[in-house]
Amino acid sequence: LINQIGARTLVFSYAVLAIMAAVALFPLALMVISALKTSAEIVANPLSLPHVPQWVNFSRAWTDAQLGRSLLNSGEVTGLTVLLICTTSSMAAYALVRQTTAALKCISAYFLATTTLPIQLFLFPLYFGYARLGLIDNVFALSLVYAAIFSPFSIFLLRTYFLAIPREIEEAAIMDGANRWQVFTRVCLPIVSPGLLTVAVISGLNTWNEFLISSTFLQSHDAQTAIVRFYTLGGQYSSDWGEIMAAAILIVAPTVVFFLVMQRRFIEGMASGSVKG
Amino acid sequence: MAKCRKSLRADLDGRKGRRPVALADQTLRGSADAFSRSRPSDQCRHHSDSSFSHPSDGVLQLGGASVPTFAGLDNFRAIFADPVFFSALLNNIKWTLIFLTIPIAMGFFAGTMLLVARRGRTFFQAVYFLPVIIATVVVARVWQGMIYNPESGLVGWLNLHGFSLADPLTNVSIALYAVASVDLWHWWGFLAVVFFAALRQVDTAQIDAAMMDGANLFQLMRHILLPAIRPTITLMMIMTVIWSFLAFDFVYVLTQGGPAYASEVLSTLSYRYAFFNYTIGPAAAIALVISFFGLIATVFYVRLQQGEGD
Repeated sequence: LINQIGARTLVFSYAVLAIMAAVALFPLALMVISALKTSAEIVANPLSLPHVPQWVNFSRAWTDAQLGRSLLNSGEVTGLTVLLICTTSSMAAYALVRQTTAALKCISAYFLATTTLPIQLFLFPLYFGYARLGLIDNVFALSLVYAAIFSPFSIFLLRTYFLAIPREIEEAAIMDGANRWQVFTRVCLPIVSPGLLTVAVISGLNTWNEFLISSTFLQSHDAQTAIVRFYTLGGQYSSDWGEIMAAAILIVAPTVVFFLVMQRRFIEGMASGSVKG
Repeated sequence: MAKCRKSLRADLDGRKGRRPVALADQTLRGSADAFSRSRPSDQCRHHSDSSFSHPSDGVLQLGGASVPTFAGLDNFRAIFADPVFFSALLNNIKWTLIFLTIPIAMGFFAGTMLLVARRGRTFFQAVYFLPVIIATVVVARVWQGMIYNPESGLVGWLNLHGFSLADPLTNVSIALYAVASVDLWHWWGFLAVVFFAALRQVDTAQIDAAMMDGANLFQLMRHILLPAIRPTITLMMIMTVIWSFLAFDFVYVLTQGGPAYASEVLSTLSYRYAFFNYTIGPAAAIALVISFFGLIATVFYVRLQQGEGD
């Protein structure tokens, strides 16, 4: 019956939706057209289309921000974090499924409390701990930090998937001679794989986009992630906005492509957990 | 203890003295150098006063023999003596109020429209969600250069057409709102998608009955849809409180808390204490204040969940 809504209401709804879409897309459109303009063109008219597309902006951004190297670093950190978080949180979630409610309540409250802690609380002590251990510029050490931060969300999300597995399936596997580990890897993991994919997508996106922690723990030029190199680009080369926007597109492109391919996972993951980017 | 407090005040004054330079760095050349300069690995050159007795001292002197000493509530006294702490707290409260109202209203409104308009849902949903997945630093730079910049941005375009506007980020009275607008743009699509997902679960019989009674769209929203997804809205409001006190990235990249602390929030102030002044004790104290507000929100969250369980 909701589709029996009057034509006027429908027109109104589409008008609102279109305006909101325009608001969402406008800055991104400016980013794209500016990436193809010279600085002089941008200043002459910020909203005009490029006369001749300045593809050179992209190649300059690539070299100035050392994007080849830094995108690789971002990829490494992201890949390692995703691997770590999927391993640890799936095991933790499996362990949590059969807990008594009291224990679960305590653990849930603890996890929830940790999500309210600001990064600034532990960033500085952690930095010095890492510095003393010689772990600055170490990709693996950084992904450990991320894995810890994204754990509560990932464990809770995966727990709901594990909860959906009927006990009988596990019991049947044990009757057939499987041990706990085999039940976990052979029976449960395949069933929760959509949840694992969601966790991988969300934690991967957050790692790729993260700025403060990676700029603190990866400092040397060759170790920095793409986001950190992008951040410094604005400073080093005055304000060549064409180049900066070209770099922005190169950094954002992988996430956008990934989003378009895996839209459902993104939306499910972001909506089910409390993750603010 | 008096000595300790005095030295802290000196340090704070030093910060205030240095501040305009850091700001100039930020606006003219970006804060790349300011950022790397502020690294703790630079040792503690601003921090030569060894009588400073808050717990962080021992940690600060890498390889030094000093041990952290217990400082009681000194660090809290220090931050309460800093007027910027209170203006930052106020900014956080303003930030929270903005995010409790505007994006939630927008999200609910957009969610309803998505429910009504059946065709093109997937498309609009994807468009609204697109800003959410873009890195905060990138979003901040796009707004800085292409919207707010009085030469290269939308503001510059308006200036070409008879206006004479300055960069909103450099205006003391609106800098905070300018930064919040960027986060708002980045954020509201998330709520639209979440609320739309909740709205799809609403019992269609209820909607049908209302439509039969001749309810218009706003009556439908007010009397059927809003009450139906109230739990989701409440949950998002609780999370909004937590996130609003954690807000950092946009303020840090766009204004670094300036001009003249106009957009300083607790998280950036904490960062400044730690990484610009090398006073980790007060920095941790501020971080605990942030957590305190988050914990209050968490208590409400747990209450809510228990209420659902009953």
